[in-house]
Parts: sequence; structure tokens; C-alpha cells
Amino acid sequence: MPHPDDPIARLDGVVKRYGRLTALDGAELQLRRGELLALLGPNGAGKTTAIGLLLGLIRADAGTVELFGQDPQRIQARRRIGVMLQNAALPPTLRVGELLRLTASYYPAPRALAETAALAGIGELLQRPYAKLSGGQQRRVQFALALCGRPELLFLDEPTVGLDIEARQRLWLAIRQLIAEGCAVLLTTHYLEEAEALADRVCVMAHGRVIHAGSVDALRARVAIRRIRCRSALALEAVRGWPEVSEARLENQQLHISTAAAEAVVRRLLDADSGLSELEVQRAGLAEAFTELTRDADAASPTDQREAA
Amino acid sequence: MDSMISTVSGTVVAVATMPRARVFGAYLQEARSECLRYLRTPSFMLPTLLFPSVFYLMFGIFLAHANGPDAPRYLLASYVTFGVMAPGLFGFGVSLALERDNGLLALKRALPMPPGAYLLAKMLMATLVAAAIALILLGMAVFVAHVDLSADQMLALVATAVLGVLPFCAMGLWLGTLIKGQGAPGLINLTYLPMAFLSGLWFPLPLLPKWLQQIAPVWPSYHLDRLAMAAVGMNKGALLPHALTLVGFTAVFLLLATRRLRRCG
Repeated sequence: MPHPDDPIARLDGVVKRYGRLTALDGAELQLRRGELLALLGPNGAGKTTAIGLLLGLIRADAGTVELFGQDPQRIQARRRIGVMLQNAALPPTLRVGELLRLTASYYPAPRALAETAALAGIGELLQRPYAKLSGGQQRRVQFALALCGRPELLFLDEPTVGLDIEARQRLWLAIRQLIAEGCAVLLTTHYLEEAEALADRVCVMAHGRVIHAGSVDALRARVAIRRIRCRSALALEAVRGWPEVSEARLENQQLHISTAAAEAVVRRLLDADSGLSELEVQRAGLAEAFTELTRDADAASPTDQREAA
Repeated sequence: MDSMISTVSGTVVAVATMPRARVFGAYLQEARSECLRYLRTPSFMLPTLLFPSVFYLMFGIFLAHANGPDAPRYLLASYVTFGVMAPGLFGFGVSLALERDNGLLALKRALPMPPGAYLLAKMLMATLVAAAIALILLGMAVFVAHVDLSADQMLALVATAVLGVLPFCAMGLWLGTLIKGQGAPGLINLTYLPMAFLSGLWFPLPLLPKWLQQIAPVWPSYHLDRLAMAAVGMNKGALLPHALTLVGFTAVFLLLATRRLRRCG
């Protein structure tokens, strides 16, 4: 009997090789009902392979791949998902309304056309041929196709690439609306602010493995580095020489310092320069945490497998 | 807008099962979309319909009277065969090669499209185009060249065209699994045109060198041409071997294609 807490998508010890390249090397991933999980990682980390496995496009060499407790190659499992892939060229001569009707016909209980169009904000595009749309409009149509089947789980692969800031925020709003309805989302993205804005949990991949899985805050907290900014008369070289300072530079006449011991550095700065002004201390953002994590993974990995995926 | 959104939990029960009528509807939608797509793509429809018609009009009707009274009848069969090969080879081969390359096939495989809907839709489209080609050429034969054909013969020719497209669909499918992307039209033309020539569709086989005549049965188009000839009353020989050969070609190409698709996607 399926339990509501069972994961709806799962990779367990999954290995996938392409010839001599190992794209996934014992990857673990679990997605629960109603949550948004962001899958992050540099190019070639294995994100595309992980998504391909969960969509049933490829088969694993070892390990378990499950979608709603079933093999993703079974159509019954895929009737509960919506899909937006990064590069899928839809038939250029079909009109938007025709594309929506076609995709909705694959599902047992799809949304009404008008409801889909309203959610994705494409109501005024229904009569237009797909090829005549702008890049941003095409992305919105692809998003509409992903949600038209009333999915319980939505795969969004780089959904906001090529969108301007306003369009991106509109899409974020629509994604939040779907999550509020109870839809789970597996998001891959290069934009860390996107993960920060949307994700309940993030999963960082490198070299075919999941090297971190947890909340956005937990990921940030894994990196002890904090940033200090101030205006100061102190010489850059002198500050660089302090043992607590891991990095220091000047930018727009502001001193930027990275350190794991922010309190000690601040005390020393104030002691050394009484005229110091505009002092700011910040915890590292997701971007720094991410860079640091993947750099550690790079250092730990004996072979470079970036080409794999 | 909020009021229009029904919740996921409200529809949880019906999710995994799909009534048969809806599955059938998905097949219909797929076929409808595929046909609409190609009807709106002049770069596919125009050459496919115009080449056999223009060739037949020129070589089969205006320039053919010098070759005796039966030339328009003989070449009707040849050019219907020539025309029917194209929607199969190009409709399947080129579109599969492009769609494997541009991500559309991957998206369709990830979506819960009923298995087979993709291929059935393309097959239906190729069949319709083949029927259209046969009807256009028949019209020219009857009304322009005044070829005397009985209703049975016309029906037999259209049926030959409609069924005869299938081995070329299978062959196109296999070719489409071998190549990816923009190189496909060129490569498929490299298969299509020599095969048409070597099967005697442009020049009657007896005009070709002896050894080319001997290898003609290697090409599926040769066998389809024999059947089309029989339909218009120009071949009194046995038909079953040719029909069975075409069924064999279809089966082999289908097998090769599905094996490659399963392995390489």
C-alpha cells in the first residue's frame, strides 16, 4: 500500500555509463509529494542523465530508478508527470492551441484549455503558429504543455533560460501557484537565485554523485565563509597578511574581505582604522557555497568526467 | 483566476488509469497534428506532389507518344511507384532524423504519449500523401493522356500506392535511426534517386545494361513497380512473390529500426 510519505521519484545507487565515461556514479535522490527540489551542478555533473533516467528516456546500468514507485518507462507512471525539456523544438507550423490539445490528449484528466492558458499566461497566443512566437513566448508555451495534464510532478529543465527578468518572475509565480496546489517540482537550473527563490531543498551534483542534499539554508551554512565590506584607509597588502583573512581585494575603493572568522577580523579592522566606514558583514550566498562545494568535489575526484553528460 | 484551478488532491483517484476512449483520442490527435503539420509545410508537400506529376506530364504524356500508344499507361505505373516512395522515405526518414536531433522525440517519449501513436500518425500521413499522388497521376492519365482504364484498374492502382508506401516507411524509419539532423535529406535523396533509376522507374529496365537489370530485384521499388504495372494491365506475371518480397522488406527494416531505436534512442 503506497504511503503518502513515500518518495514519488527516486534514484538509488544509480550508475550510468556511456562507453568509458561514467555519467552517474552511485547517485541518490528522493523527491517527496508537494516539494520543490532544485538539482544543481556544473555542466557534466550528471543532471541531464539523472533527469533522463527519471523520465524513462534511458536505462540505468545499475541501481533503482522509480517514478511513483514504478519503472518510469511505464506509461502509467508518466501519466502523472509534466515535462519541460531544455531543448525540444516543437512543430513550427502547429498553432499553440493545437499543441495544447495534442499534449492534453495524452493525459487521463487534463486541465481545460482556458485554465492552462491562464496559468501559463498564453491566453492571447492560442491562435498563433509556434514558429512565429518570440523565444520567451515559446518558453511559456512549453511551460503550458508541461502543466496541461494536471501533473503531480513537474520536471522543469532550465525553464527560465532566455527569459528577461520580468518573464522569469512571472514564471516563478506560476510555479509557486502549482506548488500551492500540491504539485511537486524537480527543477534543474543554472541560476542559483532561481533555486534560492523557489526551492525547499537543493541537491548539488558533481562527478555523477549527489554531494549535498538539504535545505537552501543548510547548504549556505555548510560554507563558513563570510564577506566583509568597508571603506578603509588600511593598505590592502597589510590586510591580506592577516592570518584570519582568506582573501582580500579592492573594488570601487571598497575593501572586500572573505574570512571564516568574521568577528575577529572586524575587531582588528576597527582597532587598526578608527576612520573605517560603511561596514557590512554577510554570510556567503548560495553561489559561493556552491562554488566551494563543487571545488572540493573537483579536488577529491581523481578523474575529470565533465564530458560525460 | 484562482477559482479556476482545481487541486491535484481532488483528482487523485482517476490519475493512473485512462479510459480506452481517451487513449484512442490521443492516437487521433497525434494523427491529426502530424497531417496538419505536413500540410502546412510546403517544402515537404510541394516536391513530394510536384516531382512525380511534372515528370509524368513531361515524360509520360507530352514526350511519350513517340514511344508507342502504351507509353502513358506504362509510365503511369512507374511514376506512381516513384511518387509513392517519397512520402515514406522522407516523411519517416527525414522527420525522424530531425526530431531525434532537435529533442522533439525525447519530449514525446518523456510525455505519456501512447506507444505507437508517433509511428502510426506518420504512417497515416504517408498513406494519405501516397493516395493523393496516385489520384493526381490517375487524373492526368485519364483526362490528359486518355489512357483507357477500368474502375477496377484504378482502384487497384490506388490500393497498390496506399499499401506500397509501407515498405518505404519502414526503410525511411531505419535510415532515420542511422542519421541525425540536417544531413538527412541529402542522404535520403542519395538512396531515393539511384534506387528509382536502378528499378527502371525512369528508363524501362530493358534499356539499362544487363547486369543492372539483373540486380534490380534487390530494390523494393522494383517489386512495387511490378505490382503497379499489374494494376494497370501491363504485367501478367505472378504477383504473390513481389507482394511477399515487399512484406519481407517491411519486416526486416522495421526490425532493424526498432532495434536501433531501442538501443540508441
